Amino acid sequence: MNCLLSAEKISVRYGSLAALTDVDLCVHDGQRHALIGPNGAGKTTLLSVLGATTRPQRGTVRFVGRDVSRLGPAARARRGINRTHQRPAVFATLTAIENIEVAALPRTIRRRRWSPGGTRGAARRTAAELLDQLGLSDLATVPAGHLAHGQRRQLEIAMALAGRPRLLLLDEPAAGLSATEVGRLAELLAALPRQVAVLLVEHHLDLVYALCDTVTVLRDGRTVAAGTPDEIRTSPLVRRAYADGVS
Amino acid sequence: MRDEVLRRVRAAVATLVLAGLLVAPWVVDDYTAAILARTLALGLVGVSVALLTGVAGMPTLGQTAPYAAGAYASAVLGSQVSDVGVVQVAVAALAGATLAAVTLPLVVPARGVIVLMITLAIGELVVTVLGRWRSVTGGTDGLAGIAGVRPFWGLPVLATDQARYLYTLVVVATLVGAVLLLLRTRAGVLLRAGRDDEMRLRASGHRVPLYLSGAHVAAGAIAGAAGSLLVVAQQYISPADFGFDTSALLLLGVVIGGTASVGGALVGAALVIAVRDWLFGVLPGHAPLVLGALFVATVYLLPTGVTRARRPRPVPAPRPPDVAPTRDRDATPELRV
Repeated sequence: MNCLLSAEKISVRYGSLAALTDVDLCVHDGQRHALIGPNGAGKTTLLSVLGATTRPQRGTVRFVGRDVSRLGPAARARRGINRTHQRPAVFATLTAIENIEVAALPRTIRRRRWSPGGTRGAARRTAAELLDQLGLSDLATVPAGHLAHGQRRQLEIAMALAGRPRLLLLDEPAAGLSATEVGRLAELLAALPRQVAVLLVEHHLDLVYALCDTVTVLRDGRTVAAGTPDEIRTSPLVRRAYADGVS
Repeated sequence: MRDEVLRRVRAAVATLVLAGLLVAPWVVDDYTAAILARTLALGLVGVSVALLTGVAGMPTLGQTAPYAAGAYASAVLGSQVSDVGVVQVAVAALAGATLAAVTLPLVVPARGVIVLMITLAIGELVVTVLGRWRSVTGGTDGLAGIAGVRPFWGLPVLATDQARYLYTLVVVATLVGAVLLLLRTRAGVLLRAGRDDEMRLRASGHRVPLYLSGAHVAAGAIAGAAGSLLVVAQQYISPADFGFDTSALLLLGVVIGGTASVGGALVGAALVIAVRDWLFGVLPGHAPLVLGALFVATVYLLPTGVTRARRPRPVPAPRPPDVAPTRDRDATPELRV
């Protein structure tokens, strides 16, 4: 089966520190793939390489069979790779609905479809639907800068979804959320359409095991294991990598 | 409710100010009318600074460059082609936009303080060129005795300060209205989004440099048009009108008025000119001190500017999402994205 996204021999160095060394990764269409590992393992760096905010010293990134290594974040997003960030990145002075509308615009402009109100009207309808589905309709007119941390996380996920991605890169979406909010996030991710592949970086292993069908474990910038959640949960290599941190 | 009250108060104040500006020529003397016209021209440059600094997030000290380009184009080219005001404004806007377009490769890739430095350098470079290119610009002596304009074909030449003021007011009101309309469109929303988080905007697939280029050229056109109005108001221009002092005053005025506010840019410019040109007579030698105190007081007491002071409103708690509480993907309803 061909990879939707493949990373081949990715290496990133920050001075003398090797953040990633010859890392390979393959995410299939519709797959829920998790990247786990202790702090400093290189998970976020790998996500940044895939999202084009970090340029690797070596390696190739392919998406739908095409080499996208030289493309920037905007071009990759237009091809279908959308992401969220470790710290929720939203447009603080825009309202929640405007945030999603802005994220939806490139798609509606690309399609150039006729719709009442033009491309912005289509983007606004998409934004309203997403807010409704996420239970954030009451916050539609609130500036994103006034939202609580968990609400910003949900909003950023909605923004990523508004671009109709084929691959969604989620960087620690559960970080800083309460148990209730993590439960809501799990429900939200579980309800994602099958045609959207997800690459999830996460420390909440219960969330990872519940949602994902494939798990890759990184440590010190290298892949130490990859397999199903059951294989990873019982792998002695992984236990060692986490220093008994995996339950 | 509070927002609605604020909105109404603002609308009432804006209406009163506009009414005051409209009746001003029949109330004030020639000197004051001339200062008001110059203030409006400078306020329009302030709008272009606010568009770049507050809306697009590109702090600039270089809008005097397209302002100067517009003024000289209007005075030199405009008067040779036509004495019709709208033609001169169009020529000036084109000159300002062209200069802004030429400097795009320098300005757009830069961010933050680097933009300030580059735009300051461009402004100073333009002033130097104006001072040296004597055959066209009159050098540091400037251009004097510039012919009056007629607002439109078939109308008489503007012969009084009051008439020139009214012409300036109409042009400024039209252009400010156009800018306000533009900011309500998708373009305005995208510029504000880029200012808030450029990486997020890129990560959503937007071509941010293209948007910033558009904003820079549009701001250049606005500043250029303001240059044409300065020529009408003063009937004399020299490189001294476009020096660093003017750049600093413009940025100061925009910060005082509220960087992200078009109205604030006008209010800020009016305050700065009032302090510089009117207080100068009341408190000789102390105008810069008052201006400094005004700036410090604004930054500390009203960090968003005198026209945008308001508190954040409370955020309602969200209701639960419309997704089924299950982890079985195949059994859950899909989000319609």
